Amino acid sequence: MSEQITNILLVGVGGQGILLASEILSEAAMLAGFDVKKSEIHGMSQRGGSVVSHVRYGVEVFSPIVPEGEGDILFGFELMETLRSLPLLKPGGTVVANDLRISPPSVLMGQEIYPEGLVERVKSQFADFLLVDGQKIANDAGNVKAANTVLLGAVSRRLTISEQFWMKALEKMVPSKALDINKRAFQMGRGL
Amino acid sequence: MKEILSGNEAIARGAYEAGCLVACAYPGTPSTEILENTLKYSEINSSWAPNEKVALEVAIGASFGGGRALCTMKHVGVNVAADPLFTLAYTGVRGGLVLVAADDPEMHSSQNEQDSRNYARFAKVPMLEPSDSRECKEFTRLAFELSEQYDAPVMLRSSTRISHGKSVVELGERITSLPAPKLQKNPAKLVMLPGNARVRHPLVEQSMVNLSKAAATMPFNRLEVRDTSIGIITAGICYQYVREVLPNASTLKLGLVHPLPHDLIREFASKVDKLYVIEELDPFIEGQVKAMGIAVIGKEIVSLCGELTPGRLRTAFRLPQPAVVPVDAMPGRPPNMCPGCPHRGVFFALNQLKAYVTGDIGCYTLGFMPPLSAMDTCVCMGASIGMATGVTKVVSDEEKKKVVAVIGDSTFLHTGINGLMDMVYNNSPATVIILDNSITAMTGRQDNPATGFTLMDDPTHRVDIPLLCKALGVKNVRVINPLDLEETKRVISEEMDRCETSVIITNKPCVLIKREDVFEKGPVYAVAADACTGCRACLKIGCPAIEWQPAGDGSKKGKAHIDPLLCTGCDVCRQMCKFNAIGRLQ
Repeated sequence: MSEQITNILLVGVGGQGILLASEILSEAAMLAGFDVKKSEIHGMSQRGGSVVSHVRYGVEVFSPIVPEGEGDILFGFELMETLRSLPLLKPGGTVVANDLRISPPSVLMGQEIYPEGLVERVKSQFADFLLVDGQKIANDAGNVKAANTVLLGAVSRRLTISEQFWMKALEKMVPSKALDINKRAFQMGRGL
Repeated sequence: MKEILSGNEAIARGAYEAGCLVACAYPGTPSTEILENTLKYSEINSSWAPNEKVALEVAIGASFGGGRALCTMKHVGVNVAADPLFTLAYTGVRGGLVLVAADDPEMHSSQNEQDSRNYARFAKVPMLEPSDSRECKEFTRLAFELSEQYDAPVMLRSSTRISHGKSVVELGERITSLPAPKLQKNPAKLVMLPGNARVRHPLVEQSMVNLSKAAATMPFNRLEVRDTSIGIITAGICYQYVREVLPNASTLKLGLVHPLPHDLIREFASKVDKLYVIEELDPFIEGQVKAMGIAVIGKEIVSLCGELTPGRLRTAFRLPQPAVVPVDAMPGRPPNMCPGCPHRGVFFALNQLKAYVTGDIGCYTLGFMPPLSAMDTCVCMGASIGMATGVTKVVSDEEKKKVVAVIGDSTFLHTGINGLMDMVYNNSPATVIILDNSITAMTGRQDNPATGFTLMDDPTHRVDIPLLCKALGVKNVRVINPLDLEETKRVISEEMDRCETSVIITNKPCVLIKREDVFEKGPVYAVAADACTGCRACLKIGCPAIEWQPAGDGSKKGKAHIDPLLCTGCDVCRQMCKFNAIGRLQ
């Protein structure tokens, strides 16, 4: 079954808006006529911990979590979390990562060092790798908070969901006052 | 119309469609969002209760009054609600009553991973277990019908993956044909004195036998014959993993996990060569199938601990695992108290005072984490106070002074009050700190009886916690500002030394409260780089807004930096700095 299913992982740090991005993605997939399942863990992870959201779509989806090593696309909002989740991705999978580093508590306290050379480490294992300066592009679009939508745009080009469904999903999930900026951010990401 | 709903949203929708009139709960991950969604339907009276026992009693009252009622809780909440539950099984219902127990295999945010299915068997109540959001909605509707048909409360067992997973659901209409609730006396059924209870118990036993027989032909128990060399009995989320990993295996997909449909299990067993039960946690189905004299494989291949995943199921059946890219170890990212959290200073003081801290359940359990590292026990909701009393019964007089219980406002009202009553009653000299941040924070900022608002956002009476403590007989009740480190440490130290019960109540709100006029962000702080000596004192409070920036020359030198986007202006780090290097950003 799984070869007919598209497996997407959205990873980052609690508070980065990962859940909203995965909701928009799921909605777009449903509007495009797919069966969709999505899973993540709430609770403790909201307090600045690691967050992993799984989205799967296809003709019929069973497990809501992406089986280990079967992820098609890893959509990373933060670099270290992107690296941490690489084992979920299948060899030859696609990585779209935000060029952002958020220090975990041990680094903030000076006990550990934020790992260096992350981009190179991802690149060495996944040739299909796109690094996005989500903050800068979102700022150009009108609001730095739309960085997630820039990334979503970048991911959208790699998926078989046509643009109209993405727009409908954005219209449904994004508050109306932020909609124009988010649509712009999405298009800028989609152009990458 | 189709929508993508979480399991919790779908349960709320199912209750709405079933004509439910009352929904009551105490928040608990992963069940909390059910009530936050019944709230969207004005036809349902949704409310937070102080604890799960009260929540269930409210639902029982609504049912006895003739209305359909929903009660939801996390798995450990059922322990609190078990007392009314077991006797409710005898009385049965009038309006349908559905109790949702949301389990947390793998303990994503819980202190244990007890398997709620055991409660269904123990209390003798039917239990349904959905495997996705569509079934969450359908089974909730069905649970109300079964409840009235079999005159029993019906449990619906969810789990973290079901409650927080999302999938496509077809929405239906609300039933409008139910009779209007009206008082009706029926003491023989509802007054459980021994004489009446002895009449009710055999009826319950017979009812379970009847349901087990009827369940063989009910559509939610589904026999799916594919390749008959392997047959798998499964339910809930495990069904999805079985279909994912073993798409050709035959399955008996159980919707009703208690009572089990014995006839159907026998039929399925006779059709397949090798029979398995795939279930998370306890061998609940497996044990009963074995007791029927049927050979089955279960816990030999699937662990008693943690949740199942497709990968773990592959391992269980010795199937090849996909290649996985190895990744080097890197710093972990555990959850942390928020910047400006009013709990931080209290735990810093407790650490400095070398207190023995009996802890409780809430955001403040994170006081266990370094660098605060000031929590010594955490067992269950409300346990901190009773345990502090217990510790002071056995240790020396000198050590008694070290014993401090910490508990949040919501947890204190949940089950801490009785502990404090006992502490005073039995003269324990321990100190209790009530961390009153004016919200039930950990589960996502829910109101409680001390916040002044109901779940439906109506203003209401606000429990006066200091007055309540005094009414319980506590002579020494002190209210402190936890953002003032000197005051916090001094008052805690004085009360620890006191040879009688004392209560300290902190008075600063959670920084995440959205309601106006509760929490307001103060002016942002900054580190003056020329004044910072790199002593790292400010790092000892573990605020996520403060970052150590190494000098970069390979030495241990560096300076602190405050992220202006994260800082809430709580002022605590300024008090940590002996060199006046931290101040308001000009």
